[in-house]
Amino acid sequence: MRLIADTSRCVGAGQCVLTDPDLFDQDEEDGTVLVLDGEPAGERLEHAHEAVRLCPGQALSLAE
Amino acid sequence: MPTLPAVRSCPFAPPDEYLRLRDAGRAVRVRMPTGSTAWALTRHADVRAVLGDPRFSSDRRLPQYPFFAPTQPSAHAPARISLIGMDPPEHSRARRAVVGEFTVKRLEALQPRVQQIVDEHVDRMLAGPRPVDLVEALALPVPSMVICELLGVPYADHDFFQTRSGLLLSRVPTVEERNQARGELWGYLGRLIDAKAAAEDPGDDLMGRQIARQKAESGGVDREALIALGFLLLVAGHETTANMISLGVMALLSRPDQLAALRADPSRTPAAVEEMLRIFTIAEFVNARVATEDVELAGVLIREGEGVVALSSVADHDPEVFPEPAALDFDRGARHHLAFGFGIHQCLGQNLARQELRTVFDTLIRRVPGLRLAVDPDELPYKDDAHVYGLHELPVTWD
Repeated sequence: MRLIADTSRCVGAGQCVLTDPDLFDQDEEDGTVLVLDGEPAGERLEHAHEAVRLCPGQALSLAE
Repeated sequence: MPTLPAVRSCPFAPPDEYLRLRDAGRAVRVRMPTGSTAWALTRHADVRAVLGDPRFSSDRRLPQYPFFAPTQPSAHAPARISLIGMDPPEHSRARRAVVGEFTVKRLEALQPRVQQIVDEHVDRMLAGPRPVDLVEALALPVPSMVICELLGVPYADHDFFQTRSGLLLSRVPTVEERNQARGELWGYLGRLIDAKAAAEDPGDDLMGRQIARQKAESGGVDREALIALGFLLLVAGHETTANMISLGVMALLSRPDQLAALRADPSRTPAAVEEMLRIFTIAEFVNARVATEDVELAGVLIREGEGVVALSSVADHDPEVFPEPAALDFDRGARHHLAFGFGIHQCLGQNLARQELRTVFDTLIRRVPGLRLAVDPDELPYKDDAHVYGLHELPVTWD
């Protein structure tokens, strides 16, 4: 699964970083999401699903 | 037709009238205190859907915008709207300019200072007489001091902000009183921004950095926009976290099993904070929208120009999402609650609020193990008369 972030939709709420700081970070300037692992697996993939569900800007998605 | 808003009969549940709305259908016509009508949505999925849908506007100047108080008509809104009243693309630009101040890493760097502020207030409380009002001693001054330092606003003026902020979020004041409070805060922030903008160094704080950034980008300072931003952060930074602190402490002191669970394992505090945010869901008056086109949602056709109120307190008690919703349960994994809203307006300060709540609960549990209510729980004065739910006073004592 590929983890995709649309930074134009990101509102910098940081819910993804709180879900898994190894998988996500935020740009220091504008707070937008930085994906640290674009093809998460195992527990990290579960965290990615959770982050997609929590993202208020609906900026995250998972694709085959 | 049911009229909003209604008051709670139990602090751990939404108003009974709202629960009846939920039983009446997914989207129910309601009358707002201004006399206008709106659709009330109550299910978790529907509230998320409307708040995440760009076809619904947050612009308070729109005629059918559903205000929760009769004294809050659009004619009395400030000349410049703040983030919460903006739509994209204006909103996206304005939020992006400030959101870097609230990243998870920035807040982690702030944590030692938050802990210091909490410890100083707990020291003072323990050295003083008992019983004491925890709202005055801790719940209000901690977030007040944190937001003042973060913004670059002198804490010495905190009485001034607290009284105006309280007035603006109360349903009791008249239009004149509300306008006066707003005008006084607006004027104060204007003078503060002028002074910072005129200084050689505007200061290493949020307002100072915004001023420096604007000067670098355009050579000037957008005074009204900065006032609107400071106004929003100052008002939102006072009452919301303060009320969650006092409600949270009340919850812990009246649910010994949950308190014992936290004491046994402090690593559970973040989950406890999420559950408290969910069960109380204290601020929903900001979840009002106006449809900008015809939209089918929640099983009805919402027409262009119609108002919608997304009742997040009911959504966070949706039994299909949160079984036995009125039970405080730190193990339920409540992170997808809507206490901070959803969509592009989801609370900018949410992680600061989480941090303050976690720090206060951990510190009280560790340092004041004998803390208890000093009055009968039924005597506690709840804020049934304000836009943000909470406690007017929380008398506590300790062994």
